[in-house]
Amino acid sequence: MTNFSTRQITNALRASGDMDVNLKAGTKLRDRYLILGVLGVGGMGSVYKARDLNFTGVNKLVAVKEMINLAPDPTLRAMIIKNFEREGNLLATLSHPAIPKISDLFNEEDHAYLVMEFIDGKDLEAVLNDTPGFLPETTIVEWAIQLCDVLTYLHSHQPEPIVFRDMKPSNVMLDQLNNVRLIDFGIAKGFQAGQKGTMIGTEGYSPPEQYRGEAGPAGDLYALGATLHHLLTKRDPRAEPPFSFAERPVRKINPSVSPGMEAIINKSLAYNPGERFLSAVAMKEVLIALQRGMAVAVQPATSAISGGSVTSILPGQPAPPVGATSTLSIQSAPTGQETGLLTSTYFGITPLWVFRCEDEIRSQPLPVGKFVYVSVYDNNLYALSRADGKFAWKYASEGGFAASPVHEGGNVYIGSEDGKLYALTGETGRPLWSYQTGESVRCTARVAQGHIFVGSDDRFLHAINMHGGKRAWTYETPAPIRSRPYVLDKEALVFFGCEAGEFFCLDFGGSLKWRHRSKRAVTSSPNFVDGLVIFGSADYNVYGVEASSGWAVWKTRTGKPVVSSPAVTEKAAFIGSADGNLYSIDVRSGKVLWKFETGDQIASSPAIYKTAIYFGSVDGFVYCIELKDGKLRWKFKTEGAVISSPTVVDDVVYIGSTDHNLYALTA
Amino acid sequence: MDFFKRLFQRKTGSEPAVAASPSPTPAFVADTQQAATAPLNIPAFSGSNSPLRVAHAQSVGRVRDHNEDVLLTLTSTFDGDEKIPSFGLYIVADGMGGHSLGERASAVAARSIAREVTKHVYLALLSDSSDNEDRAPLQEVLLEALTQANVTVREAVGEGGTTGTVALVFNDQVIIGHVGDSRAYLITSNGLEQLTRDHSLVRRLQELGQLTPAEAAVHPQRNVLYRAIGQGEGLEVDVYTQRLAPDTKILLCSDGLWGLVEDDQILEVVRHAPSLQIACDKLVAMANDAGGHDNITTVLIEYSP
Repeated sequence: MTNFSTRQITNALRASGDMDVNLKAGTKLRDRYLILGVLGVGGMGSVYKARDLNFTGVNKLVAVKEMINLAPDPTLRAMIIKNFEREGNLLATLSHPAIPKISDLFNEEDHAYLVMEFIDGKDLEAVLNDTPGFLPETTIVEWAIQLCDVLTYLHSHQPEPIVFRDMKPSNVMLDQLNNVRLIDFGIAKGFQAGQKGTMIGTEGYSPPEQYRGEAGPAGDLYALGATLHHLLTKRDPRAEPPFSFAERPVRKINPSVSPGMEAIINKSLAYNPGERFLSAVAMKEVLIALQRGMAVAVQPATSAISGGSVTSILPGQPAPPVGATSTLSIQSAPTGQETGLLTSTYFGITPLWVFRCEDEIRSQPLPVGKFVYVSVYDNNLYALSRADGKFAWKYASEGGFAASPVHEGGNVYIGSEDGKLYALTGETGRPLWSYQTGESVRCTARVAQGHIFVGSDDRFLHAINMHGGKRAWTYETPAPIRSRPYVLDKEALVFFGCEAGEFFCLDFGGSLKWRHRSKRAVTSSPNFVDGLVIFGSADYNVYGVEASSGWAVWKTRTGKPVVSSPAVTEKAAFIGSADGNLYSIDVRSGKVLWKFETGDQIASSPAIYKTAIYFGSVDGFVYCIELKDGKLRWKFKTEGAVISSPTVVDDVVYIGSTDHNLYALTA
Repeated sequence: MDFFKRLFQRKTGSEPAVAASPSPTPAFVADTQQAATAPLNIPAFSGSNSPLRVAHAQSVGRVRDHNEDVLLTLTSTFDGDEKIPSFGLYIVADGMGGHSLGERASAVAARSIAREVTKHVYLALLSDSSDNEDRAPLQEVLLEALTQANVTVREAVGEGGTTGTVALVFNDQVIIGHVGDSRAYLITSNGLEQLTRDHSLVRRLQELGQLTPAEAAVHPQRNVLYRAIGQGEGLEVDVYTQRLAPDTKILLCSDGLWGLVEDDQILEVVRHAPSLQIACDKLVAMANDAGGHDNITTVLIEYSP
């Protein structure tokens, strides 16, 4: 038999619809209690509103709690009754304004009944549901203080503390005087028959240790924290993964809550009971301090909320930085240190050398052997000494260079604004051959299988024999091609995008294998990992496309166009967006693992080197951040936007800037 | 004349895709002048079988009197000069809820998911268009299919709920969509890897270090889920993709199997069984031998391109 215990059970005190109600209105119990109606339905029976007929002159109301004993085994049945009576007796000895008075206890057939004070009011769950918007913090602090007070009373009970075990909004009533009253002392707890079959819905408020069978006073503080979290955020924990409060910081959902209150709730929600408040008294003291507007010092618990040392917060002050739960986002620069000198000094970055050109550097430098090759808008391709940045030679084309050079077999290949692809010797820059296309070549070439694959603004992808520069074939697309082709040698496939948004896969014969359409230009150059081709589009998305069919497996949206090209590891793709963030995207799900915020657009394509990622931003900085979590390692300020993409070799970062400089920085 | 040009006389343009031509003729190989620089390794035609093979088994178990589990398999083969991606859709759903709500929930969910996925993926593959325009990413299709199933189950079944674990194989990628505590395992020469994460209370407690796996296995509340299809709005669905290496197997199963048969026993059976079907039958028999206190469902898929 499947025991279908859904959230309806946890909500059961309200919804009586499909639960069996044993007693009809008009029934009399013991000739004394006249049932008037049902107050709620629980797992083991109902709670009724009744009139005590012993008081003939007045309408004396009581609540009658019923426990239906369904245990088939007589011994077990007897034990359940005994325990019910024992707990009833215990409750009868309690005396606290927040605990309803017990007045009678009796059995009738297989049903046990407990008669108690009728509380005319509403439970906090109903109060919450009936409130448009958020409840005021001051009100909730007041309730919390009263609840700490009654928990203190229970926890200091002699000879043994009483653990309430079921703190939640629906078990707290608000009476006519706006005082909180605890109801449902979980008398039947621990006697629920073993559950069979899969069930949905968790209790939501219970502490983790309760599922190991531990129930101590610290568990009540956790449940109180969970209750306060629910009351302040309106996010029902029964509808969320269990113990996931740390993923929903209170102030992120309800920014009007004070940092002090959030810190108090976080501490009471620590997974480890030892990291919560020492007692309900201690928690109450901090709440009272908060209420009086005093500075609240809460030692954050480490097991639920990561973060630093003591958080000292005065109510009304701005929030401290949120801990590990929020998306990683680092402010762009220390304020007041915006000049290059100061900031660079701050991170201790001094370039190994700087080479100044006559125009902006937007390309990717190419360090090979003893040279660094760098193409510049001033019509020159420079070869510089890698060791010290000294000029070795330059080659001038008839147009500027927007593309970046590539190197193969001792030669350098690069396209120019003059429409040509040049082949030069790497040693001296002597031209070997050139290949004419119909328009500017702004696409960086790809060398594979003895051929050069390069796009042109003439809308064709050109496949050129690298020995002699003869055309092998061309493939026409609807728009200029600036995306650098990616080649899968084994599968004999070429991938590239065009400025109209189409993305193409050709075989080595130049025949279309498939085409994928995004809504805007694909300038980004594809990369490949685990059967997926990954690229960005000006339609704001990063795509992961199955390589042999062209069908997207995922797409991930950023806030602005993506012209940056992805760098990949086995697990993640790293790519910049014009929204200013560098994204780390899980290649298996397309989910954003983290993002790093810079001060302006990122057109630069990141480079991965050892355990870090390097890239530039239009905010003028070159950034070095951690591969695993995007934490800033260092940044270096240039005097212009950094659109250039870095190349990192032998612990040196080579990157250009629109300030006309090529920088060599220690990685 | 250039080698490339000879090989590909057809002037390129925006023509529809045509698969690579069959076995290159010796004439091209003999074209010596460019051969050194143009080793065009056009993939040769291979007359292989479908890359996907599948078997399944199901049992009501030894305690229950009705079956709330559902399985669905759909494997497509399309071979010839023209090829379309290999496609396989496999679903396991484990329903819950009294008064036959459970079996209805799992069946409604499986049908709804299969309907959405075949419509948006399989029928699109069979259409004549070679463009991938307006084709939603596969992960979004699965996400949408499970989200839609959530709505459908609530409308059709009301109080019932179900798990849903879906494997969509598309060429060498498998996209997994998952809600609940049915499981997908990847079985390779490296061993067995659980691809899905149980949306269960005890799994969550384990992740927090509050329960050991041994404690979780016998915990009285081990069957409590915090996420299921058919339960409330805003269902969160796990979707992720895995590339399949050749000779990889995927096992989908309900908790009636994994709750009673240990992971290493499962691996042992799958590795050594002479066929997929025998492996499935054996796994179900083992779960029944161990008590069979719940419905048992297994779907075993082999990818060998």
